[in-house]
Amino acid sequence: MLSLILQNLVNGLLLGGLYICIAIGFSLVWGVLSIINMIHGSMIVLGSYLAYYAFASFGISPFVAPLFVMPLMYGFGYGLQRGVLNRVVGRPVLITLTLTFGLDLILNNLMLAGFTANFRRVVFEKPFATLEIFNIIVPQERLYATILALLLTLVFYLLLNKSRIGRAIVAVRSDRDAAVLMGINVPQIYAITFGIGAAFAGAAGSLMSVVLPISPVESASYLGKAFVVCVLGGLGNIIGVVFGGFALGMIENLGVMVTGPEYSALIGFVALLAVLAIKPTGIAGKRGFE
Amino acid sequence: MTPRLSKAAGRPRPSGVPSWTLWLSLAGIACLAALPFVLDNYTMRLATTILMYGAMAWGWNFIGGYVGYPSFATAAFFGLGAYTGAILLTQKLIPFWLSPISGAAACIILSIIVGAPILRLRGHYFAVASLSIGEVLRQMATSWVGLTGGGMGINLPPMTGSLTSETRVFYYAMLILALVSFAVSVLVSRSRLGVALRCIRQNEEAATMIGIDATRCKVIAFALSAALPGAAGAIYASWIGYIEPSDVFDILIAIKAPIIVLLGGVGTVFGPVLGAVVYLVFEEIVWSNLLQFHNAMLGVIVVVLVLFMPNGAVELLQRRVRAEGAR
Repeated sequence: MLSLILQNLVNGLLLGGLYICIAIGFSLVWGVLSIINMIHGSMIVLGSYLAYYAFASFGISPFVAPLFVMPLMYGFGYGLQRGVLNRVVGRPVLITLTLTFGLDLILNNLMLAGFTANFRRVVFEKPFATLEIFNIIVPQERLYATILALLLTLVFYLLLNKSRIGRAIVAVRSDRDAAVLMGINVPQIYAITFGIGAAFAGAAGSLMSVVLPISPVESASYLGKAFVVCVLGGLGNIIGVVFGGFALGMIENLGVMVTGPEYSALIGFVALLAVLAIKPTGIAGKRGFE
Repeated sequence: MTPRLSKAAGRPRPSGVPSWTLWLSLAGIACLAALPFVLDNYTMRLATTILMYGAMAWGWNFIGGYVGYPSFATAAFFGLGAYTGAILLTQKLIPFWLSPISGAAACIILSIIVGAPILRLRGHYFAVASLSIGEVLRQMATSWVGLTGGGMGINLPPMTGSLTSETRVFYYAMLILALVSFAVSVLVSRSRLGVALRCIRQNEEAATMIGIDATRCKVIAFALSAALPGAAGAIYASWIGYIEPSDVFDILIAIKAPIIVLLGGVGTVFGPVLGAVVYLVFEEIVWSNLLQFHNAMLGVIVVVLVLFMPNGAVELLQRRVRAEGAR
């Protein structure tokens, strides 16, 4: 029994690291642009496909895929924000959410038409061995994916806190008008912010491609995880996302011990509603994206 | 209603407007009731769908239009209504005509339970919470195989009678629902409740200061916005004859309701049904020409609508008509 609990804890940590990577771009876009980005899940799936085809066609390992997936997705996100989304920044959530949902319908449909709904899988020629420590089984590819996800989160943190662009993003989030007075090109920063969000969605997708099968129909599930992580941890800072990601991983893995595996997605959303009803700002939430 | 009527009777009637409106609406209802004897089954299916969309949009309008809370819970209520009706009908616990009422009742109960906590939230958090209700219900319907059949869905008992008579039954059911939705909309928009809801939309703090019980009003609006899609879902389940979680709890349904209202004009009495007509025309054109890219085309419509006519296509049209008339 104890080893089962430990096993589920480890599973929860491994999964939680990936959830952080899934949610961090979503959280940034929500926090800075006040847009609930319904297209986020499809961007993750697009990242998965880019990594998958690079692997299937050129034999590039999905673990290095973020190196080229992130710039590509950055360009996609930057263009989308510049061309379409900048027109609705600051509008009510009804408008922004509906608009990104419309964009998601388009992207998801194009992916269905281009890649079909069949599940694809990254199959390594030499499968990774599983580690076994004290009776706890750790699949190696999952471990590496999680470590990379956490490293990317660190990069995200440094980008936001140490770079000029990052400080400009935080400035725009805290006070848009003051940022304009300081000479910040706000529409440009919005586009960069959304580009970064898309880049991290793509990176998360690359890493997920070694863990889960890939299909356009998975996008709703990724989007759901991003929702739950952001609300659980609270909006507005990276610590919140890290907390929310690990929390969701743990809740799901420990929860299914009680309820059975078919309820794992339900548990997350019930937790989301509970947090919103009790403490809407989340466990570690505050205003302003730091 | 009675004191108001007697007061009105004491005064000279203002230029005969009420009786004119009354006759026009009666004529309209008579026309709608006569439609099945004129149109073929395909067109009747479209008409039934318009009435269903209209009922859902009138429902959404209470919370999204009058109160201005961005609710994405329509799919939750539509699906709950569909499952309530479907389960009660397959268990032979109720006759068909009770199924929309049972669907509406289940949705009212749910909306009161979840309404009180989530209606305290504003903006983005309310949107996320309302969207999550549908997701929770969808997961439950998928997992609770014993009650709902899980992902396999539920087959409903078929109606007895010919295809034409069946088409008529569902058309009249949706027509009655749409008329009820319309009547409730008119009553609410003219009542104290309607005034209170608009006050909350303008400024919730100020509304509370002048003595409006904001929580109570919001929960009533939310319950109305739940009951109508719930009844529509129950009729839809019998009409289509088969439901599954990914169909009736589809997020697309939650987005359709505000889209239809946006098309027709937010917070108005006729907006929802006008929007439903416009939306269905779009949808049919897309369905018949671009089956594989159906969702993408809907996406394009949504994007164009939100970017270029956020106040409603019908308002755009009205402005043009007015401009033409002024010339």
